[in-house]
This record gives sequence, C-alpha cells and structure tokens, in this order.
Amino acid sequence: MKKSSHRSGMAIWGWPSLVGLLSGVGLVSGLFSDGGVGDVLAGVCLAVPVAVGAWFGWIRRGAAADSR
Amino acid sequence: MHNKTIRIWAWIHKWSSLVCTAFMLLLCITGLPLIFHHEIGHLLGTEVEAPPMPADTPRISLDQVLKIARAQHPDRVVQFVSQPEDSQDLWFVTMTPTPAPTDDFRSVAVDARTGEVLAQPRFDEGFMWVMFKLHVDLFAGLAGKLFLGLMGLLLLVAVVSGVVLYAPFMRKLDFGTVRRDRRPRLKWLDLHNLLGIVTLVWLFVVGATGMINTWADLMIKYWQYDKLSVLLAPYQGQATVPVAERASVQRSLDVALRTEPGMQLSFVAFPGTAFSSPHHTTFFLRGDQPLTSRLLQPVLVDARTAEVTASPRLPWYLTGLLVSQPLHFGDYGGMPMKILWALLDIASIIVLGSGLYLWLRKGRTGGQHKAETPKAPQPAEGIA
Repeated sequence: MKKSSHRSGMAIWGWPSLVGLLSGVGLVSGLFSDGGVGDVLAGVCLAVPVAVGAWFGWIRRGAAADSR
Repeated sequence: MHNKTIRIWAWIHKWSSLVCTAFMLLLCITGLPLIFHHEIGHLLGTEVEAPPMPADTPRISLDQVLKIARAQHPDRVVQFVSQPEDSQDLWFVTMTPTPAPTDDFRSVAVDARTGEVLAQPRFDEGFMWVMFKLHVDLFAGLAGKLFLGLMGLLLLVAVVSGVVLYAPFMRKLDFGTVRRDRRPRLKWLDLHNLLGIVTLVWLFVVGATGMINTWADLMIKYWQYDKLSVLLAPYQGQATVPVAERASVQRSLDVALRTEPGMQLSFVAFPGTAFSSPHHTTFFLRGDQPLTSRLLQPVLVDARTAEVTASPRLPWYLTGLLVSQPLHFGDYGGMPMKILWALLDIASIIVLGSGLYLWLRKGRTGGQHKAETPKAPQPAEGIA
C-alpha cells in the first residue's frame, strides 16, 4: 500500500465512474428489450458492480491468503 | 476540498443516514422477498394459472365473468377486473364492500373460457402481504407511504453526500483497498466506502424511483382534479351509476379496444372507484412493446351508454411514474436481473449496516471522535 503520494482525481474516480456508467447502461438497456439483447446487456452491466464489490471486498483477500 | 467543507458534508452524511437507516434496512430486507414474489407464489401454490386448452377455445363474455364473481360475494361490489400480463385465459375480479379504497378485498379468479372459479386467492394475508405492506406503507396508508418517501429522500441525500466524501477518504488509498490487518472499524470503513461507491448508481435509481412511487396516489388524485374534472363536468351532480343501470361491460371493453387499436387490456376500473369516475367504466390499456407495455392509456366509457367519453393521454408525471416502476422493481430483465437485484440489495444492506456500525463505534470511543472525522483526510493512519 502506497502511503506517501496523493491519488489524482483520475485514480480516485476511474473505477467508480466506470462501474457507475455500466450500472446506468444496464438499468436502461433492459427497459427497451423483452428477452433480447438489451436484457443480456443489462445482466452483464449490472453484474459489474456486484463483481467489483465481491472481488475487492472478499474474493481477492481469499485468493491472496491461499497463495501465501 | 477544505476541511470545513468536508466537515459540513460529513455532518450531512451522518444525519441524513442516521435518520433513515432503520427504515432503509427495513425496506431492503422486506424488498428482498418481493423481488421474487412470482417465484415464491409458485412455490407456495398461491399463484393461479388457467389450465391449458386449445388457443382458439371460445371465451365467455366479461359480463358473464362478473356475474359469476358477484355470485361468490353477493354482499360486495366489483372494483377492478384484470388479466395477468402473460395470459388472456384468466380474469381476476377484485371485490370490496364499497367502491372506496380499502384493504378489505376479495379476489376471484375466473377461467375466461369455462367460467369456472379457479381460486379465490387471498392477497391480503400471509408472509408476502406483511412484507408488501411493510415495504409500501408500514400499514399506515397514504401517511405511511409519504413517510417512507421522505426517508427515501434522506437516503438520496446520504448517497450524494457519501459520494462527496469518497474522494477525501480515498486520497491515499488504491481503489478497493480493504485494510483488514488493523482495527475492525477500519475494515468496515473500507467496505462501506467500496460497496457504497459500486452500488451508487443502482441504489440512487432504486431509491429515487421508490420515492416517486410513494407519490403515486397523490399524482393520480391531482390528475383527476386537474384534467378529468373538465371531462366530467357534464355529469356533475349525478350519483354513481347503479349496477342495474350499467351497459354491458363486454360491449364497453370492445368499444374501448376499438378506440385504441393495437393496445391490450391491462385492467378495468368500475364506476366510483379511485381509478375511475362515478359515471364511467375506465379501461386501462397498454401497448405491446417492452416499454409501451408499461404505459397505460385510460379510456373512459360511459357506464350507462357504453359510449367512449374520452381517452386522455397520461400527463408527463404519470408517464414518468409508470416508466420509473420497473426501475424500482427490477422485473424487466428476467431471472438474471432479479438475482442481481437481490445481490445489489444485499450489498446495500451491508452498506447500511456498516454505516450504522461505524457510527456506533465512534460513539463508544468518545474521545477519539474528533480524530475520526475526515477533517484530516489521511485514512491510512490519520482517521484511525
């Protein structure tokens, strides 16, 4: 963990912006589709916040512990 | 950002969340089973389905259906009639003591082909009903709805202020850092920030659309007052049309469907009920495209003459309400979306719970209070 350097705005907001944008695309795309491409896109995009949360929150730590 | 600005946002975040957290936890927890209400209904066997028959089996008239339902509950009046979204083989007839809004209703499911009473499902009891009422109005009617709407507004304030505070907290941390090797409070702070920022857009949208939903009753009332009162002026002073003087409902339905070609019936509101006028049977039609199937087109048919009085376009605020509903329910992308909705809901519960925990821990360690506010935003060491 780096402690000295301050993160730039890009470093802080890069991931959150991407996750937020994909969440938005997912929420909207499903509205225009009934069992079609839009629903698949919605599923993939809305899986991103879940996956990112799970990875950084729990999975990564488990993986790190295993490799030690 | 100046320390003073950060302190102001921290204050806003703390108090907006503290006031609404208990209710938001309730909403997240009761909302979880509601995401799967169809599936749970199937499992519990409370979901009514019409037995399969050839598609061209003739259907009985809607008047016949009403007669059959009234015979089941001669002491009640018909408020609404609807068909499930995915089947025209079934009618649900909602019966109440009077046309006024009430929780005292009976539902009669009638086979649209045979006229057989398939079931009288009770939607007003059991586990799912309790979940539903706690989620929608805390068993307190309009006041409960508006109160939960206010809590929803506070949630939105908490979300926005949380986003503002995210940057100062993350200034010295990589995205997704969870410091587990120190005090548990630090771990939960990091998880709170991580899950809070990844669920941000979803929680904001679900919170905002939920809040809009709490205004539904008021919007409908306003629309009736604003627009329908003009249409109903010629009927002023007339009493609700008695059942015996009403024209055929089937004929009225046919007329309504002819007025709006390409639309299907969603539900019928009978004279004197909250969604109609005392003089009209109102047919709410919907489109057949993914988005238009959510939008309703009311057709007011004179209850005596079966002639169309008007089919007014919905105002923007009711259109907005109807479009916002799927964004709250998460019911527009099949099972994968429902599962993601549930996972995001659980993530939100963790955000709420960890937020509460962080505040409680701060309270207990009293003396450290000042050092724990993000006034010195050095989360790696300064806040701890």
